[in-house]
Amino acid sequence: MADAAALGETARELREAYESGRTRSVAWRQAQLRGLLRLLQEKEAEAFRALHDDLGKHHAEAFRDEVGVLVKSANAALRELGRWMAPEKVWVPLIAFPASAQVVPEPLGVVLVFSCWNVPLGLSLEPLIGAVAAGNAVLLKPSELAPSTARFLGDNIGRYMDAAAVKVVQGGPEVGEQLMEHRWDKVLFTGSPRIARMVMAAASRHLTPVALELGGKCPCIFDSIAGARDLRFAVNRVVGAKWSPCAGQACIAIDYVLVEERFLPTLLKMLKSTLKSFFPEADHMARIVNARHFERLRALLKDTSVAASVVHGGSMDAKNLYIEPTILLNPPLDSAIMTEEIFGPLLPIITVKKIEDSVAFVRARPKPLAIYAFTGNASLRRRIEEETSSGSLVFNDAVVQYAIDALPFGGVGESGFGQYHGKYSFEMFSHRKAVMKRGYLIELMLRYPPWDESKVALMRHLYRFDYFSFVLRFLGLRR
Amino acid sequence: MEAATVAAEAALGQLRASFASGRTRPAAWRAAQLRGVLRMATEMEAEICAALRADLAKPCTEAYVHEISLVKSSCMFALKNLKKWMKPKKVPAGVLTFPSAARIAAEPLGVVLVISAWNYPFLLAIDPIIGAIAAGNAVVLKPSEIAPATSSLLANLLPRFVDGSCVRIVEGGVPETTALLEQKWDKIFYTGNGKVGRIVMNFAAKHLTPVVLELGGKCPVIVDSNVDLHVAAKRIASGKWGCNNGQACISPDFIITTKSFAPKLLDSLKKVLEKFYGKDPLLSADLSRIVNSNHFNRLRRLMDEEMVSDKIVFGGQSDQQELKIAPTLLLDVPLDSAIMKEEIFGPLLPIITVDKIHESFALINSMTKPLAAYIFTKNSRLQHQFERSISAGGMIINDTSVHLTNPHLPFGGVGESGMGAYHGTFSFDAFSHKKAVLARSFGIETKARYPPYTPAKLKILKSVLKGNLVAMIQAVLGCPRGA
Repeated sequence: MADAAALGETARELREAYESGRTRSVAWRQAQLRGLLRLLQEKEAEAFRALHDDLGKHHAEAFRDEVGVLVKSANAALRELGRWMAPEKVWVPLIAFPASAQVVPEPLGVVLVFSCWNVPLGLSLEPLIGAVAAGNAVLLKPSELAPSTARFLGDNIGRYMDAAAVKVVQGGPEVGEQLMEHRWDKVLFTGSPRIARMVMAAASRHLTPVALELGGKCPCIFDSIAGARDLRFAVNRVVGAKWSPCAGQACIAIDYVLVEERFLPTLLKMLKSTLKSFFPEADHMARIVNARHFERLRALLKDTSVAASVVHGGSMDAKNLYIEPTILLNPPLDSAIMTEEIFGPLLPIITVKKIEDSVAFVRARPKPLAIYAFTGNASLRRRIEEETSSGSLVFNDAVVQYAIDALPFGGVGESGFGQYHGKYSFEMFSHRKAVMKRGYLIELMLRYPPWDESKVALMRHLYRFDYFSFVLRFLGLRR
Repeated sequence: MEAATVAAEAALGQLRASFASGRTRPAAWRAAQLRGVLRMATEMEAEICAALRADLAKPCTEAYVHEISLVKSSCMFALKNLKKWMKPKKVPAGVLTFPSAARIAAEPLGVVLVISAWNYPFLLAIDPIIGAIAAGNAVVLKPSEIAPATSSLLANLLPRFVDGSCVRIVEGGVPETTALLEQKWDKIFYTGNGKVGRIVMNFAAKHLTPVVLELGGKCPVIVDSNVDLHVAAKRIASGKWGCNNGQACISPDFIITTKSFAPKLLDSLKKVLEKFYGKDPLLSADLSRIVNSNHFNRLRRLMDEEMVSDKIVFGGQSDQQELKIAPTLLLDVPLDSAIMKEEIFGPLLPIITVDKIHESFALINSMTKPLAAYIFTKNSRLQHQFERSISAGGMIINDTSVHLTNPHLPFGGVGESGMGAYHGTFSFDAFSHKKAVLARSFGIETKARYPPYTPAKLKILKSVLKGNLVAMIQAVLGCPRGA
């Protein structure tokens, strides 16, 4: 556990490493990305073990949601790095001739990444990929609630990457607070809104820009699907997006489902049978991270009317921190389970008279990180897209948007701000510097005082890029 | 304070209702507002110039060139590009989710707050509003109370030219601004200084509101000996005293040049200044005055500091009554003097000399990152080194300040000079949420992604994520069977 003096020293070392200029070169950035790939390859077994220790994640889930995605992202970054780093030439008005203008990406400097316990490897290393690709020095603070993964990162990052410019610091909230006493060039925080407020307030003292990846209650609007095959696939995807990612402890997991009253029996029957076939044994679903969160989830079901709404599952094993996949039907809308982000394997189903009513339901609530809609109805899709707002919106699937490089990943409103993945990761940790270059060849006297009306008249033409009139007036051929 | 809170809540409440009604979403509404702003800038030119003259003694030419015409071209640029900006952009979804269609759709954030500054009180109020409206938001504007004539002109004019149910002005000082900042906005756009910028971000943190902070800094100008000196001097003078008499965030703040070149540069600057403003600059109609006595006294303090006052080599005259200070050049003031530690924001231009021009980079990097940095040199290696070693919001080689007129360049700071950017497309982006939209069909199902997990499924997943073609075909065909 680091103390204040040690943290200060760490920050100073990172600043020195950045100021030395070595993180700027393409070679350095490529070396970090390759180092990361080697780490993920050589230490894959240890990574799986750490994720299993922390969360009981099956190694297939660990690969699907964390390791595999990271390998994909690091490879993509290596491939695209040259393109991302290249300055972008932009248009310059003829009047400025001779001149050139471009937008040049440059690193921000020394950046701080706070990651979360539920996808502890992915939420640490995906930002790291962007930060090093952008040429920054990085300090990573993994969550202490996933201690094995934190230790895994602490032990290995320095071995596979430039230990002077990419560091890991261990600790809990006190360490986080102490870190925020220092000036960083950017801070990325993934976690809860409560801590995010403190991080942003602390950052404001140094005018440090922040990106906040928060959560929310991600709704799934489930329309009445006609074909048996389509329905089966749809339910697979819903079950796969609720209980498969870390037992529902994921910011983009489905939080609750909205379905039409008359379609409820069909949906419920299929959910139950799919659950049975996907999770024949407990070890194919992650466990609850710790006793505190276990109690939090247990407390959600304490309310008698909520408990009465349980229609499937509900059993809990405190010793093994295991909660069975649980479905509730129409718990009270003002209960905690319907106002707080669940972050667990409890799925409320809310019925509506007409599926179109879901739009108003979702609109009335804070903007979530994702909205999911299973429907073939084009006008419903259009209404959802235009009338709701969320970090992302997925039709006929869920969670998979996380793996698509070309789509920005981030929230809006209460679900946060700032986006990353793919090129957006690079941009998140870059400053886009405007660079304009002029020559001495042509000088327009009209831009200088002393002022008179003829100069103003000339400028009026210029600002409309009306070169023809400008020339005429300049030559005295027009008054 | 109570009244201010009531007014702030009322303005916000009304705009939330207007936004929720969907009024600001259609392109037609946005275009109508933009055309309204354009008409306002065109028809009310005389009134706007008069307000700027009252607030700052700003010459009408500057009012036109630096404020009104920039607002107009900003409107026209937005009108021209609006449809393009509003159209969702298709992006490749890749093989992992085949078949699927992915796009990025821009949507408004909701109700935004724009707090503007006093030095370009018309431009810095309206330019952000143009972006907010183009992006489909409802806006509250809090103009600076330090430019009261422009503030009340805007309060008067805007409702006549734009939709008052979606664009509101709240005038006032600290209590009114604080009351506004306590509310929950979908974005806050602030132009001003770093001290207040911190306060704005701190308020925003309570509601997790994203912010754009357009701040300032000490914009350095490096002047090499390998230049066209006369042109360089004119461009420096134009960027310094031709921009609100140095009261501009991107005005050259100080010059760095070599000891050997300084006399020539000084000589050239003096000649240019006399040509621009005559023998008695305090009488020139082409110079803005200092905005108020607070800032006048602040600038006098900077000039009068011991060890600084004797470094004045040109100018130094001032008129307390008229709040005028003449263009003033200082040579080699101490680096720890107040004039070299704070953003000057006035007509004082210190010239710092170094032995070799390369030393200027270390000096600049010892200060916080500025909003703009400038260099005058024909030496391409020096130009390249300048670009590589200095971080600033924006930079220009062989000119000053003009980059802000190019709508294709992002305008914003870095580090202490701010966060976020605007102008052109960047204004639209600053007030939008770029929503990721993915549409899949049920056509193909990849069983490998679901539990119960088997080694065969893992193998397929590995290959798919690595992009292995055969594995992908297997996945697509629904293998492994019987799982």
